Amino acid sequence: MSTVRLAGLAKRFDTTAVVSDVSLEIAEGELVALLGPSGSGKTTLLRLIAGFEPVDSGRVLLDGDDVTNRPALERRCGMVFQHYALFPHLSVGENVGYGLANERLPRPALDARVAEVLAMVDLKGFESRAVTALSGGQQQRVALARALAPRPRVLLLDEPLSNLDPSLRERTRGELRDLVRRTGITTVLVTHEQEEAFDLADRIALLHRGRLEQVGAPELLYDEPATPFVAGFVGRTSSLRGRVVARDGDLTRVQAGGGVWPARAALDVTGDVLLLIRPEATRFATDGSIAGTVLRRRFAGATAFFSVRLAGGAEIEVAAAPAAAREGDAVRLEPTGVGAHAWAADGIAGGAS
Amino acid sequence: MKSDAVLRRIVAPLLLLVLAWLVVEPVALVALDAVRSGGEWTLAAVRAFVAEPNEWRAALNSLWLALASVVLAGVLGVSLGLLTRLTDFPGRRIVSALLALPAVLPPLVGVVAFLFLYGESGIFARAVMASTGADTPPWRFEGAGAVVLIHATTMYVYSYLLVRGALATFDPALLEAATALGAGRWRALRTVILPLLRPAIGNGALLTALSSLASFSAPYVFGGGFRVLPTEIVSTRLNGDISIAMVETLALVALSLVALLLASRLGGAATRGAGKGLAPAPRRTRSRRSRVAIGAAMWGVTLWLLLPHVTLLVVSFVRQGAWTTTALPTAWTAGNYLTLITDPVRWRPFGTSLWMASTAAAAAGLLALAVGVTARDPGRPLSRWLEGGLALPWAVPGTVYAIALATMFSVLQPAAGRFVLIGTLWLLPLAYLIRSLPVIGRPVVAAIRGLDPALDEAAASLGAGPWRAFGTVTLPLLAPVLAGAVALAFVMGLGDFMTSIILYTYDTRPVSLEILGAIRQGELGVAAAYGVVLTVLSTGAFLAAERSRRFA
Repeated sequence: MSTVRLAGLAKRFDTTAVVSDVSLEIAEGELVALLGPSGSGKTTLLRLIAGFEPVDSGRVLLDGDDVTNRPALERRCGMVFQHYALFPHLSVGENVGYGLANERLPRPALDARVAEVLAMVDLKGFESRAVTALSGGQQQRVALARALAPRPRVLLLDEPLSNLDPSLRERTRGELRDLVRRTGITTVLVTHEQEEAFDLADRIALLHRGRLEQVGAPELLYDEPATPFVAGFVGRTSSLRGRVVARDGDLTRVQAGGGVWPARAALDVTGDVLLLIRPEATRFATDGSIAGTVLRRRFAGATAFFSVRLAGGAEIEVAAAPAAAREGDAVRLEPTGVGAHAWAADGIAGGAS
Repeated sequence: MKSDAVLRRIVAPLLLLVLAWLVVEPVALVALDAVRSGGEWTLAAVRAFVAEPNEWRAALNSLWLALASVVLAGVLGVSLGLLTRLTDFPGRRIVSALLALPAVLPPLVGVVAFLFLYGESGIFARAVMASTGADTPPWRFEGAGAVVLIHATTMYVYSYLLVRGALATFDPALLEAATALGAGRWRALRTVILPLLRPAIGNGALLTALSSLASFSAPYVFGGGFRVLPTEIVSTRLNGDISIAMVETLALVALSLVALLLASRLGGAATRGAGKGLAPAPRRTRSRRSRVAIGAAMWGVTLWLLLPHVTLLVVSFVRQGAWTTTALPTAWTAGNYLTLITDPVRWRPFGTSLWMASTAAAAAGLLALAVGVTARDPGRPLSRWLEGGLALPWAVPGTVYAIALATMFSVLQPAAGRFVLIGTLWLLPLAYLIRSLPVIGRPVVAAIRGLDPALDEAAASLGAGPWRAFGTVTLPLLAPVLAGAVALAFVMGLGDFMTSIILYTYDTRPVSLEILGAIRQGELGVAAAYGVVLTVLSTGAFLAAERSRRFA
C-alpha cells in the first residue's frame, strides 16, 4: 500500500494537451475515481501513473518515491485493463502467476499465492481453466487477481466494469468494492459513469479537457459543485438564465423562469447568472409560486422525471412520485431550497444542462 | 425453391464436381499411373524408386532444403517483422516497405538476379577477381548452400509479412499488462509476443516449407549436383521414365502433406484477446546511440536483401558483350529495353503471359467467389469439402500439377472429363488457375464468412432480392479482399516458371521461359530487362489492388 502524489502532470499528443497541470494526492488505502466524459484525459492520466506513457512535465510519486522516469515494470502498479488483456495462450493460474516470476518463489509457494488470490476473487480451483473459456465476469475477476497477485503498491483500474452487462456490472461492482476495502490497497479507478464512481470511490477527481475541475467526496461534488461543468456532469440539472435579486444568509435568491429560486452561489455573484437546478430542487405544490405545463414524463421506477415548461418558454426537470402529474397538466411548482446553484453569467461559454 | 436451398442442393454439388475435376482427378491419375503400366497393376516403378539411392538422396535433399529454408527464412522474417513493428529507428517505414519487395519478385527473376550478383561471373566474383588478379572465379555459386541462401533471402518475406500482419492486430494492452507485471522486454517477447505469434510463425514456416519443397528455379539453376525431387521429376520425365516420374511426384506430394500436417499441429489456432485490435506503437529506443545502431543494422540488412533487385536493374542497362572482366559494367545502354519493345517476337511473351495470367486470375476469382458464397456456413459437410478442394493445390507442388494436367489432358475421354488440351492455348492458363485457387480461395472464403449476416437481412428487409443484395452489398464489401487476392493470383501466373516449363507450347511461351532462353544465349542484359519489366508489372498489379482497397 502506498500513497500516490501527482505534481503538475502534463501530457500532449501532437498539439493537443490531453492532461494539463494535474496535481493530486491520494492517501494510503484510499480509492479515488478519475471521472470525466470521453476524451477528458482520465485514461491517459492513469497510464501516466502506470508508466505506459512518458510525462511531458510534472512528477509521479509513489510513497514519496519519484518514479516519473522509471519504466512501467519497475513501478509495481497492478493494472486491470478495460478489455482485461488476459494472455489468451496461458491458463488462469499462469495468468495470475505471471507477475510473481520476478519473486522467484519456489513452485509450492507460487501455487499457494495463486490459489490464495483466486480464492479472494471467488475463483478457487480455476487454475487450469483456459481464460478464453470464462465468462466476462470471470475474466474480469482473473484480471483483478492477476493485478493483485504480486502485491502491487497501487491498483489501477481502467473502466474495469464497462465490458459487463448491467446486472453483472452491479454485482461485480459490489464485489470489487468489498475486495478493495478488504485488501486496503490504494486504488485509482477510471470511469465515465458517475454511479460507479459514487458507489466505489472515497473521493472523485473530475476531469474536463485534461484539467481537474474538482476533487472531493461524491457528496461534495454533488452538493457543492465548484463549476457549472461539475454541476452538469455529476447528477442531472436544468439550466436557466436568471438575475440575482437578493442574498439570504448562505443562499442567493435568483429570479428565473417566472419564479425566485434559493441557490448556492459565491458571495461576489451578482447581476445576470446561470442557474443550474437539480430535479429535486423543485416540487409540485398546489399553492406553488411558479406556473408551468408538463411536457413529458419519464418513468424511472420509484420516481419519475417531469419536463415542465415555465412561463417564458424555459424548461426544467422535476423529480416526483410517478403519479404526481400527467403530460399536458398545468402545474404549480415550489423550490425546495436545495439543489440549485448559480454562477455569474459572464465568461460561461455554453453552460451546463 | 429459396435461394439458400438452390445453393445447397444444386450449386454446391456442381461446384464440388468442378473442383474434383480440376483439382483431385489430375493428381489421382498421377497416382494411378505410378502403379499401372500397359493396363496392368504393377509396383515395378515404386520398387525401382525405392531401390535407387539417388531417389532417396533427392527426397532427403528436398526435406533438408525445406527444413534449412524454414529455419533460416523464419529467423530472418520473424526478426525483421518484430524489429520493424516494435522498435523505432530512422527510416523505419521505408525499410518496412522495402523489405516486402521480394513478394513481387517472380521466382525465376529472383534466381536470375542472384546469378548476376553471386554467380561465377557475377558482380561479387568479378570484384574479387579484379582485386586479387585471379583469372578464375573464386567460387562456384552452386549446390545446397547456394539454394538455401536464395530460399532464405527470398522466402523470409512470408514470415515477415505474416508476423507484421499479426502484430498489426496485436492488442497492445497485452504487452502493457506484461510490463505492469514486471516483465522486461525479453521476457515479454518470450512469454507473450512469440507464443501469440505462433499461428503467424507457423503459417510462415508452412508457406516456406511448401514453397521450398516445390521450388524448381533455384535448384534447377544453382543446384549443380544437389538434386531435389522437383528437378528429378522433370529430368526423369525428359528421360522418358514416366512411371518413375509419377512415383517421384507422389513422393513429393507425400512430403508436402507431411509438412502441412506438421504445421497444422505446430501452428495451432489463432488465439486472440478481446483487445481493441490496435497495433502496439513502436517502442522508442531510449538512447540515441542504440536507435542509430538498430537503424544502421536494419538498413544494412535491407540493402543486402535488395541487392539482387538492384543488380537486376543494373544488368538490364548493360550493353551486350560489354561486361566481361570488370566488377561493374562499364558500358551502358537502354538497348535491352528497346529490343523488347521494338522486336515483336520478343514482346510477344508479355502479351501471352498477361492474357494467361489475367484469364486464370479472373476465373479463379469467380470460382473462389462462388465457393465462398456456397460454403458460407462452415458447419455443413459440403462446405468443408469445397474448402478442402480449394486448398488442395497448396499441398501439391506446381511441378506435380503440371505433370498431372499433362497426363489428364492428353487423351479424349469426355465421360471422365478428359479432353485433349495438351498443345493448345488453354492448358497453361488452366494450370495457373488451379495453382492460384488456394491463395485466392482462403481470403475470399474467410471474408465472406466474416460478413455480418444481418447485412443480407437488412437488404432483404428493404426489398432487395438475392442478386441485388449480392451485387450491392456483398460484392462491394468483398471488393478489397477480392482485388488483393486476384492481384496475387495474377502475379503468380505472370511469373510462373515451374508449371510453364513443363506445359508451354510455342503459342503459350511465357516471359519466364523467354528469360531462360535469353540467359542460355548469353543475352544477360535482355534477360535482366525482361525480369525488371516483369517485376514492374507485378508491382503495378499489387499497387492497383491496394488502390482499390483504399477506395473501398
